[in-house]
Amino acid sequence: MVEFALPRNSRVRPGRTHEAPPGAKKPRAFKVYRWDPERGENPRLDTYGIDLADCGPMVLDALIKIKDEVDATLTFRRSCREGICGSCAMNIDGTNTLACTKPISDVKGAVRVYPLPHMPVVKDLVPDLSVAYAQYASIEPWLKAESPAPERERLQKPEDRARLDGLWECILCFCCTTSCPSYWWTGDRYLGPAVLLQAYRWIADSRDARTDERLDQLEDPFRLYRCHTIMNCTKTCPKDLNPAKAIAEIKKLMVARR
Amino acid sequence: MTAENRPLSPHLQIYRPQLTSVLSILHRLTGIALAAGTLLLVWWLVAVAAGPAAFETVQGFIGSWFGRALLLGWSYALFYHLANGIRHLAWDAGWGFELKTVYLTGWMVIWASVALTLLAWILGYSMRGG
Repeated sequence: MVEFALPRNSRVRPGRTHEAPPGAKKPRAFKVYRWDPERGENPRLDTYGIDLADCGPMVLDALIKIKDEVDATLTFRRSCREGICGSCAMNIDGTNTLACTKPISDVKGAVRVYPLPHMPVVKDLVPDLSVAYAQYASIEPWLKAESPAPERERLQKPEDRARLDGLWECILCFCCTTSCPSYWWTGDRYLGPAVLLQAYRWIADSRDARTDERLDQLEDPFRLYRCHTIMNCTKTCPKDLNPAKAIAEIKKLMVARR
Repeated sequence: MTAENRPLSPHLQIYRPQLTSVLSILHRLTGIALAAGTLLLVWWLVAVAAGPAAFETVQGFIGSWFGRALLLGWSYALFYHLANGIRHLAWDAGWGFELKTVYLTGWMVIWASVALTLLAWILGYSMRGG
């Protein structure tokens, strides 16, 4: 259901301010969403003054600096720091992206950092992705071949392999899924762009023999057809992939097989 | 603390409005406006059938500045919904999903809807003579 306002327990209150160190050459404010499950309080927006002259170039560098030097309780996921693990997906300056590949210099003024939108928050910038992961499992993301396993790998023609380009690169960070208003309102039944792109990755695979079965599973008013081509997914993907196009390809296949 | 007490992270409140989402919600809103405007059209047709007095009342309302403002809004809604509807048809055929194309066609829809609305009103006023 469309709900414009946040539930009472989710409304963000003003938080604490930690001034930049005296003598900072390039001070910049970072406004960061905080929520501590061990206190019964509402989320708050804390402000941290950071000296960019003494900080790495990416938003993740600033978050790590805050955690190291200002407030060790700040909680966020991060791992590879090079845009391949998808852990540090969050909402920065109003759009979803990876903190590790988002240059601070891209943002004008205060840098606002929130968890991925419309998700239950575990702590601070850590969203609960269990539903999204369960939806990913529901499309059975593995190769289903009919023929007996060959001695070596299953071969593909180069042109068949090329059809997977733009699909296999997805790192499942869920930036796209959580940018989608349709997923915000019907995310319990709509699979969302990331999972549908993955569904198409197996549908498009020449080695997979269960295309029809996969399409049957998606032929549903909600799972697939809640996509209204809003295009926020493609706009926000930090890997420059095109989930909206993958969804359109699935819709075309649905029509073609009637 | 149990999982049930987890807050919901902010969404509409913080997500940056952009051409993609703004044109999408505008398509919905103009669709609703068109449905509402159809009632106005029905009222006008019923008035034609009901006789000169009733027709005169409706004409008076539609001719007033408020009525004309409604018509202006309705005609814009029509042209926007039409232009963006064609964009949706292209998408349904699998065309125009590259981000560059999405932005190009998006701006085309904006300019086309404004231009068609202006053209319709200029034509309307020139044929009616003020």
